[in-house]
Amino acid sequence: MNIWIAIGVTAVGCYAAKLIGLLVPAGVLERPLVQRLAALLPVALLAALTAQQTFADGRGLVLDARAAGLAAAAVALLLRAPFLLVVAAAVVVTAGVRAMTG
Amino acid sequence: MAEQTARADIRREDGGKPDAAVVRDALGVGVAVGLSGFAFGVTSAGSGLTPVQTCALSLLVFTGASQFALVGALAAGGNPFTAAAGAFFLGVRNAFYGLRLSQLLALRRAVRPFAAQWVIDETTAVALAQPSRRSVRIGFTVTGLTLYVLWNLTTLLGAVGAQAVGNTDAWGLDAAGPAVFLALLAPMLKTTTERAVAGAAVVLGLGLLPVLPAGVPVLVAALAAPAVLYAEGRRKDHGKGTAGDDVQNGDRNDAQNDAPREDR
Repeated sequence: MNIWIAIGVTAVGCYAAKLIGLLVPAGVLERPLVQRLAALLPVALLAALTAQQTFADGRGLVLDARAAGLAAAAVALLLRAPFLLVVAAAVVVTAGVRAMTG
Repeated sequence: MAEQTARADIRREDGGKPDAAVVRDALGVGVAVGLSGFAFGVTSAGSGLTPVQTCALSLLVFTGASQFALVGALAAGGNPFTAAAGAFFLGVRNAFYGLRLSQLLALRRAVRPFAAQWVIDETTAVALAQPSRRSVRIGFTVTGLTLYVLWNLTTLLGAVGAQAVGNTDAWGLDAAGPAVFLALLAPMLKTTTERAVAGAAVVLGLGLLPVLPAGVPVLVAALAAPAVLYAEGRRKDHGKGTAGDDVQNGDRNDAQNDAPREDR
């Protein structure tokens, strides 16, 4: 049930965000500071999410196979690999490290 | 150099870009990104969501970063509202895409609620790259339709496939989520401002993990954005003489260039 609540709230919220941009008159959100903040907000969220999903184990921090996978993804990004290849590199390396370390 | 010449040629044919070329661009983006719904389906199933819940997310939310964030937060044990809040904040950028698109698409009011679901990174990137209203509309529609259909189909395949695989962690599939976030984040780290925000957010997100309820540290980490902007503003106020106007113009251009961005 909790999951359905989360899905419902997210769906409504994200749709509202998309729609409001199409509906409000231009100029309301065009101030530079607002735009800067809108561009920086995803940077903060994505960075925090990347770190947490790589190093979090419940409420503790661990260094495990996921870190190796993420390092592989970073290398793939530096080599300008396409999106799917970046994700695949992380998955394959994580699985490989886990298989080797048991 | 050759690239510059080519770009100049395209500019000169403004408004005369053939429909087929627009469709080709749109299909390229739509197909490539649409296929990565598979990674979402797998990640979502690995987070404990049923295939129906996973598909509902792709059909109803349809903005990749928010979807990954939500299932990640739920898997970490976050309550539904903190999890949804993180996903929502990631989706806020689409409002700014909508602002720009509404001027370019010039849609009738009755059509806007239907077009809204497709207002995401990829459709914006393709639409903004087009020279005329006709090609903007074609680019937006073809990218949106291709992506929506493929993203939902591959989500279903990933969700069902992951269930068949069983323990997704053993296959390293729990690394797909953070890798997706990193791939989305990397092109955004253009200046020291973005890097400072990212660094502060990592410290906050990890440092607060042991002391705050699940899902909340990410929301606190979002405060890194206004904090760094504030610090930057103060520093500029200190160091500036007559450069104020230049700084403002520069900021505005930055914001415009930021608008189209790769997602998923």
